[in-house]
Amino acid sequence: MSNKLIKFFTITGLTWFVPFVKLCSGENPAHQFRQILQMIGVPLLAFIVFLGLWSVTAARIHTSLGAIPGPSAVWHEAGTLLQDHYTEREKATRFYERQRLSNEQKRASNPDADTRVRSYTGKPTYFDQIFTSLYTVFVGFSIATIVAVPVGILCGMNPVVRTGLNPLIQIFKPVSPLAWLPIVTLVVSALYVSNDDSWFEKAFLTSAITVTLCSLWPTLINTTVGVSSIDSDLVNVGKVLKLNWGTQIRKIILPSALPYIFTGMRLSLGVGWMVLIAAEMLAQNPGLGKFVWDEFQNGSSNSLGRIMVAVFTIGIIGFILDRVMQSLQNAFSFGRQI
Amino acid sequence: MKQFKNHLSKRWLTVLTASLSLSVLTFSPVTQAVEGIEKEDLKFGFIKLTDMAPLAIAYEKGFFEEEGLFVQIEAQANWKVLLDRVINGELDGAHMLAGQPLGATIGFGTKAEVVTAFSMDLNGNAVTVSNEIWQQMKPHVPMTDGKPVHPIKADALKPVIDKYKAEGKAFNMGMVFPVSTHNYELRYWLAAGGIKPGFYAPPQDTNGQINADALLSVTPPPQMPSTLEAGTISGYCVGEPWNQQAVFKGIGVPVVTDYEIWKNNPEKVFGVSKTWADKYPNTHLAVVKALIRAAMWLDAENNKNRPEAVKILSDSKYVGADYSVIANSMTGTFEYEKGDKRSLPDFNVFFRYNATYPYYSDAIWYLTQMRRWGQINEYKSDDWYMEIAKQVYRPDIYMAAAKELIAEGKAKPGDFPSGSETGFKPPQTEFIDGIVYDGTKPNEYLTKFPIGLKAKQKVVDGKIVE
Repeated sequence: MSNKLIKFFTITGLTWFVPFVKLCSGENPAHQFRQILQMIGVPLLAFIVFLGLWSVTAARIHTSLGAIPGPSAVWHEAGTLLQDHYTEREKATRFYERQRLSNEQKRASNPDADTRVRSYTGKPTYFDQIFTSLYTVFVGFSIATIVAVPVGILCGMNPVVRTGLNPLIQIFKPVSPLAWLPIVTLVVSALYVSNDDSWFEKAFLTSAITVTLCSLWPTLINTTVGVSSIDSDLVNVGKVLKLNWGTQIRKIILPSALPYIFTGMRLSLGVGWMVLIAAEMLAQNPGLGKFVWDEFQNGSSNSLGRIMVAVFTIGIIGFILDRVMQSLQNAFSFGRQI
Repeated sequence: MKQFKNHLSKRWLTVLTASLSLSVLTFSPVTQAVEGIEKEDLKFGFIKLTDMAPLAIAYEKGFFEEEGLFVQIEAQANWKVLLDRVINGELDGAHMLAGQPLGATIGFGTKAEVVTAFSMDLNGNAVTVSNEIWQQMKPHVPMTDGKPVHPIKADALKPVIDKYKAEGKAFNMGMVFPVSTHNYELRYWLAAGGIKPGFYAPPQDTNGQINADALLSVTPPPQMPSTLEAGTISGYCVGEPWNQQAVFKGIGVPVVTDYEIWKNNPEKVFGVSKTWADKYPNTHLAVVKALIRAAMWLDAENNKNRPEAVKILSDSKYVGADYSVIANSMTGTFEYEKGDKRSLPDFNVFFRYNATYPYYSDAIWYLTQMRRWGQINEYKSDDWYMEIAKQVYRPDIYMAAAKELIAEGKAKPGDFPSGSETGFKPPQTEFIDGIVYDGTKPNEYLTKFPIGLKAKQKVVDGKIVE
């Protein structure tokens, strides 16, 4: 039991809990306590030191929006953002209630009146913005993965394709998202005609495609490397058994290349998350990036605090995404280290 | 995506009873006033400025909903983006600079037909200079009891600019858009003090810096204070709260308000594209009705609602600046130099003095200034000015909305101009340089200015030719 638990925690990256499990199963307590102190005590202490330094230095830097907010001010702003969220939700409830009443009135006077229920017209709250950003990054990242993995496999299996695509990959890989953005915006505006009933907003598509264009490359390159470095014995076995193409990919190539593919995806997601915030900021597309830019434009005395809240939110979400990908990577690498 | 989101937000509607910071809004359910609204879901754009108030109030006070409209109000990045989005239909309408519909219609910048049936406010701008320039200006400003005598004329700035010229340095100032009220007010003020603000010569030259003593360039309003602080510009003309913000942050000094440059000048309008107005006449009427009610609310009973309006505007969704900064000008005072707070009850006017009525003479004044600085770079007849004004300004729609409000008992006939209104205000005398403006004689008016194009003059290759 305890071994299973330990394995689970190791794979999911929650190594903090391993010593606790060992403690419970009665392994050398002194050693485990030292482990706990090392794994939890040290990071905790470092974080406290960081908060202290931040408090002290922030108070001394005066900007035109007042002093840089310290930890307590930022915590307070996080509270007001939460409060705003509830206030807005309450307004939304009343909005739907009013709509229901007016629709009933309309139906009473005219049975075939237009009584669609309209979504709330107020502002998106901070949590809505977080959700929008997450949704956008996953759509962009999914498109990137769907494109990159097959192309990567093709590149890995076929040297001709690989040498053909190589220069293109090398040229496009280092391009900043902000350079893609105007092009993507214009193309989307030209090709995608949206109306009130369409599924996606133009702004959403623009952000998602920008994320795709930037997060494509790590997955593509890693997949190529993974596929091309498969043990030749395995490939030969496939040839001897006269496996057809599909079976080869399914049974031999994918399982061997999976660890590489997941490493690539992990890098891609990190890049995508970083790119998205910048894209939202520049294009004023809904999401956390827009929230930061709007607060900067507002220039009120609590703007800096709110921007700091957003910075921490972006960081923590980025960290969680990375952890999730790392666990997947661990789960699929069958104990091999890349 | 949208359906999915709605589903989600409804699931999140686990509302805790929070003590509401905003006043609890309760308004009666919709009483459909305008029959046959063609489009109920609308999206309006605005720029983060105090004078977008009528839009925010019409939304928050439920005037839009009472007219049967579901409106989303969205802040835009800058004036150009806002205008382009109205023209291409992404926005149904927007808070615009009075010059934007006129400029678009005559084709200075983006060419497109934009109309307005609702003028949003009077006054509300000021000219701010950096602390350093103010220190250099101060010796030339007349004083009584140790305080500057207002209005401060640009005569006091002239020696400073002459000194810059002698040292071979450029004197840069910011304004918000080539066809903005701020651009024309700043130019008017500078020229009245003998400083040449520069000419345009479209289509080749649209910088407006030909023969200029002071170089004017475009900066988005919210970035004005930081650009001033960075030293890129030495002064600017912008709407509130960005002048008071400069005082609060201690980075600049407002020297003159547009109320002093031209008393009760028109500032913003609510603009829609002509195709939109033709396609949705009833919707347009309903929107104008809601906006008139919002304007009435803003000026009701001697501005008693202003504090509440400021609270609404200070929400990050609208203007987002601090309450105290917005309140400064909205509640009838204006702070020039730090500590020099003066009473200016008409700094922001939303309804009094027929502020919301789209006067032809206001449109023509902006056209004369476009001609004066070369944005219209050829002679135009008086009739042409009249024609453009009638194309863009639509008092007929405004009066139809007013009549409906009177019929519903939400307004009194005395609140609006009479039925015999010609659209021309009587000759206006209260300009900073004392020149009289008669909207029926634009060409004659242009001849009164020592600096500026008149009659058949044109700017060719950087020179004025007859």
